[in-house]
Amino acid sequence: MTEISPDGTDRRPSRRTRRIVVPLTVVSAILTGAVLSGCGQQRDDDVYTVMNSSTDESYHRWDGDTLARCSKQLGITIEQQSVPAAQVMTKALRMASSKSLPDVLQLDASEMPTFAEAGGLIPLKDLGLTTTDIPEGIVDFGSFDGKYYGAARTVNTLALFYNKDTLDKAGLKVPTTWAEMQSTAKKLTQGKRYGLALSAGGAEDGVFQFTPFMWSNGGDESKLDTPEVAGALDYWKALLKDGSLSKSTVNWTQADVNDQFMAGNAAMMINGPWQVETLNAKKGLNWGIAEIPVPEAGDDSVGPLGGGVLTVPNTGDSEREKTAAKIIGCMAGEQEQITYALNSWMVPANTKAAAVWRTKAPELAALAGQVSTARSRTAKVGAQWSSVSLALQSAFQSALTGESSEAALKRAQQQVTSGN
Amino acid sequence: MSSTTASAAVPHTEPKAPAAGAAKKPVSPRRAKRRRQLAQWGFIAPAVIFMALFFGYPLVRNIVMSFQDYSPSTFFTGEAPFNGTDNWSNVFDDGLFGKALWQTILFTVGSLVGQFCIGLALAVFFSRRFPLNGVLRSLILLPWLVPMVVSGIVWRRIFDQDTGVLNSFLGTIGIGGDTPWLTSTSMALVSVILVNIWIGIPFNMVILYGGLQEVPKELHEAASLDGASAWRTFRSVTLPMLKPVITVVLVLGFMSTVKILDLVLALTDGGPADSTQTLGTLTYQNSFVQMDFGAGAVVGNILILISAVFAVFYLRVNRNEGK
Repeated sequence: MTEISPDGTDRRPSRRTRRIVVPLTVVSAILTGAVLSGCGQQRDDDVYTVMNSSTDESYHRWDGDTLARCSKQLGITIEQQSVPAAQVMTKALRMASSKSLPDVLQLDASEMPTFAEAGGLIPLKDLGLTTTDIPEGIVDFGSFDGKYYGAARTVNTLALFYNKDTLDKAGLKVPTTWAEMQSTAKKLTQGKRYGLALSAGGAEDGVFQFTPFMWSNGGDESKLDTPEVAGALDYWKALLKDGSLSKSTVNWTQADVNDQFMAGNAAMMINGPWQVETLNAKKGLNWGIAEIPVPEAGDDSVGPLGGGVLTVPNTGDSEREKTAAKIIGCMAGEQEQITYALNSWMVPANTKAAAVWRTKAPELAALAGQVSTARSRTAKVGAQWSSVSLALQSAFQSALTGESSEAALKRAQQQVTSGN
Repeated sequence: MSSTTASAAVPHTEPKAPAAGAAKKPVSPRRAKRRRQLAQWGFIAPAVIFMALFFGYPLVRNIVMSFQDYSPSTFFTGEAPFNGTDNWSNVFDDGLFGKALWQTILFTVGSLVGQFCIGLALAVFFSRRFPLNGVLRSLILLPWLVPMVVSGIVWRRIFDQDTGVLNSFLGTIGIGGDTPWLTSTSMALVSVILVNIWIGIPFNMVILYGGLQEVPKELHEAASLDGASAWRTFRSVTLPMLKPVITVVLVLGFMSTVKILDLVLALTDGGPADSTQTLGTLTYQNSFVQMDFGAGAVVGNILILISAVFAVFYLRVNRNEGK
């Protein structure tokens, strides 16, 4: 009798000791081998690797399909390696020290400057890739220190999601200014339902959500203790004081915010297009999407650009690096961008691709508008972003739990300056 | 596997050793001694090599790293210039360090006291015989089986101020119902401690329950014949007999509590406003968010030092008991 284990191999229950001893011997032999060879992974000449964070089944499959098409087009074999998003950076650094970096590395755009600053990336223009048809904001998004290192296939940003039925029933229009959003949210706050949900958690999620308020109000991450940043924070405080925001806001991630919205505990939310798949799966939920309201009518709604960029790590093998650039060229090609954008509900980086996408996903038009004015988090402060982000999250959490915005931001600015 | 090799070895060597010595030419005592010593070292060697590779090396590396400017570029260039005590002074100058240290102390002491008292009470409770004893005892083990991160995420939902089960329960029975468990800077640390107590109870209960089984029944009988009350018996007979077990529970509990990281990350991410930041989250933040590995190593070393002090204390206590 044979048992089939989850990985599909046969397992014979007989000869118990051998079953234990043989694998043990094999494992120790492999370990010894790995230690002796210095853990250096030998590159296979015919196989190119792309490392990304597509650990979700659907994303892994979409990327797999893309790579299969690019393999065919370029006449090479490309393999996909997916690691959890939070580990991409540390894993890539470890691979750098053991000289086993992949040929193409997909990094979160906010992490790319750190990797580029360390000398780990090759500028894409040196490898023959151009930035034609890519809006300036998205070129900046993939650039560090004036050099273009990362090609985005698609980008995402934040928008205002609202429950159409709830707004219709209350006879309210979708807000476009801060004052309108405040009054609408207040009117929609009834019983267990809050008018608005957003994430002010103590991690990057919260900072990502704060940026559209900070930037639309004229604030800047390179100087946190300004009246503009304080004004944005005071606006959040006012929403909380009105009761339009739940006090749990400081403990929510963006996924929690989406859960609250889907459960009907929030009439509107600030969130990103990556939630669309989940939102659509819920029957009877009639949602709409709009640009994030601005301080005064006529202001630009400036959201944060999010998403990954494809980079070529510095492996020292210029022939392979050139091929890697070709792989990126294929993955970030117009048609692939449209396919990926339609799958993942994000906006194509390329202007022409975005135009085609707009006709195919008209319900997300507000996102395209928001992307056209959106800003990269790292364009101004580069690799300093992680320090700024930590100081900022501590500041808005202090302010939301009682401190004055000015005092909290002043401390945050000192923290960033002394951290240099 | 070890039991089979041992039982196979015993009949193999015992009758043979004297017979072989008598029949063949005698081995000189010195050579025999040397061979025995060599064999002894052969048995110790794997453990020593393992310790040196997997404990010694990282430890030394971590100490060296805390005096280096270890940044992402180090991974490419292999160069990490020494910068004296810069990392240390940077960490100590940052106001967050003092806060995290103080919160770590509160967290550790609070968790240990809570876990131990409840664990001991349950252990005493379950040492009596009553129906369903075994079932209930195994149910209490559940928190131990759940991965930390899962507990963290579940408790975050339970603690939610508006939609959490806990507040709606408290509201139903008429006491409060609007407690800001994780959303107020004064309450969040208490909530994290409560969850950690919940997680730690099974461990304390199991070990102490085991210890209680070792206390001879006769002593309790003698005490009750002498007319001692239940409390007096517990204090003068049970507790002293449990002392070695209590030391083990507290020291092991301390070492696993002081370095807390995953639970805090899942529950609060160190927030709100750093009110649940501990040395564990600080070293994580320094190393893996800011990518300042030198500063991360400093906090890591401090954590190791604190644990080492307690390990030495534990060894001393054990040695004194052996005398």
